[in-house]
Amino acid sequence: MHSKQGHDMKKNGYKAIVMGVSAGGLAALSRLFSDLPEGFALPLIVVQHVHPTADRQIFDYFNSNCPLTVKEVEDKEKILAGYVYFAPPDYHLLVERDKTFSLSIDPRVTYSRPAIDVLFESAAYVWSSRLIGILLTGASSDGSRGMQLIKAHGGLTIAQDPATAEYPVMPQSAIDANAADKILSLDGIGKFLKTLSKTGYPDRQTKIQGQADFISDVET
Amino acid sequence: MKAIDIENIEITLLLDAIFNRYGYDFRHYARASIERRIRQLKGKSGCTTISEMIPKLLHDESFFQKFVREFSIPVTDMFRDPFVYQCIRKQVVPILKTHPFVKIWHAGCATGEEAYSLSILLKEENLYDRSTLFATDFNDTALDIAKKGIYALTNAKTFTANYQAAGGISSFSEYYHARYEAMALNNALKKNITFANHNLVTDSVFGEMHFILCRNVLIYFDKILQDRVLKLFSDSLVHGGILCLGTRESLKFSTIAEKFSIIDETARLYQKKAV
Ligand SMILES: C[S@@+](CC[C@H](N)C(=O)[O-])C[C@H]1O[C@@H](n2cnc3c(N)ncnc32)[C@H](O)[C@@H]1O
Repeated sequence: MHSKQGHDMKKNGYKAIVMGVSAGGLAALSRLFSDLPEGFALPLIVVQHVHPTADRQIFDYFNSNCPLTVKEVEDKEKILAGYVYFAPPDYHLLVERDKTFSLSIDPRVTYSRPAIDVLFESAAYVWSSRLIGILLTGASSDGSRGMQLIKAHGGLTIAQDPATAEYPVMPQSAIDANAADKILSLDGIGKFLKTLSKTGYPDRQTKIQGQADFISDVET
Repeated sequence: MKAIDIENIEITLLLDAIFNRYGYDFRHYARASIERRIRQLKGKSGCTTISEMIPKLLHDESFFQKFVREFSIPVTDMFRDPFVYQCIRKQVVPILKTHPFVKIWHAGCATGEEAYSLSILLKEENLYDRSTLFATDFNDTALDIAKKGIYALTNAKTFTANYQAAGGISSFSEYYHARYEAMALNNALKKNITFANHNLVTDSVFGEMHFILCRNVLIYFDKILQDRVLKLFSDSLVHGGILCLGTRESLKFSTIAEKFSIIDETARLYQKKAV
């Protein structure tokens, strides 16, 4: 292939981020969202287990603190950059090959609906090595299998450092399952996302000339 | 070619095989869910590739039956999304009351909980005796449970809470009797419901209806099939008839959208316009 360098980068870099979070999620997410750089070009897709009951307000709150538009997914909605998508309460969220969302009310997986594993698995099949999976604070073991699958498909997996997580169980079980490429504090994840956007979202297969391979260099 | 692209070919072949052999058409179901279930079945059946399942499916009907059960997971509840029933009470019942008799179609009724919920609501609104409910699904096992109207007693707490939140005007315990580990719904609630097998993909219009409810079924279909089924509903409704979809399903992007006005967008209640 002989396309232009810049084009190549876009073609080859990461395409999406999936994120799983459970207990302790509110604080962790607001922190991460406010850290996102302006114009962040990857869609961010989130499964959060415990939805606060007054959920409308939570989106207003997130939106006032996030440079991207934060919203709940509609069935068959097209996945676009510039958005943070949330699974609706009580529905599983899946990604289709044509980069749209599907919802389902299949039984709970790992005691959860929405389940992080369901989102991560379907996303791994769609984006394979162009996907980043991030697992944050939580008191569940949901997400470990999904992280394993993302890893098996060549994607990048990041677990929040359990020592810095409000609830360490969820990231810890992914780490124990050998499913985390990187273990970072929230700060570290924020920094990672910033660098990612500055360097044009290179994935691990993409080597950019004259640039260090920052993915393996990010401090933990 | 990547492994996942090969798998995609295998899944397409498998769905074609099922359609040609048994007439069940899953080709326009939302692919991600279908793939997830096929992979799970592959694991359970000891096949190493999806193509290995195809000869089994073609020649072993019991294997196919297992398959269909996996494709139709009848998850449901009584008075699921209570606010929707409140809306039906306030905004749909007055419209239905203008008819001398009322025909209602509950499509994708699974094990029947929603149909019985509606029966209770109609009873409390003094509308049940002139109503006929058709509750359909393509899953016979689920329909058998629906016809019996007997559910695990462990549900009672959720059902009762939902009933109250849905604006129930009586006590939910009046509608069932508990026996051992089961709750059996009153026979009076079954009187006007007919449970029947109907496949939304391959069967046609069901009759002239005043009210159609189809909740959390369309999410399992792709856009093309959603549109086809929505057209089927539109064709089955009288003018002024009402359509109720799941709380995450919408008419917004469908080709029949312009034929309907919105009664309540959050409850996904729509009314077919008169022409
Ligand atoms: C998740 S359940 C929804 C049950 C209920 N309406 C609710 O919202 O609680 C989906 C139901 O749709 C049924 N279904 C799926 N495909 C169908 C088809 N082609 N024709 C009729 N029913 C179908 C399944 O058998 C299942 O019972």
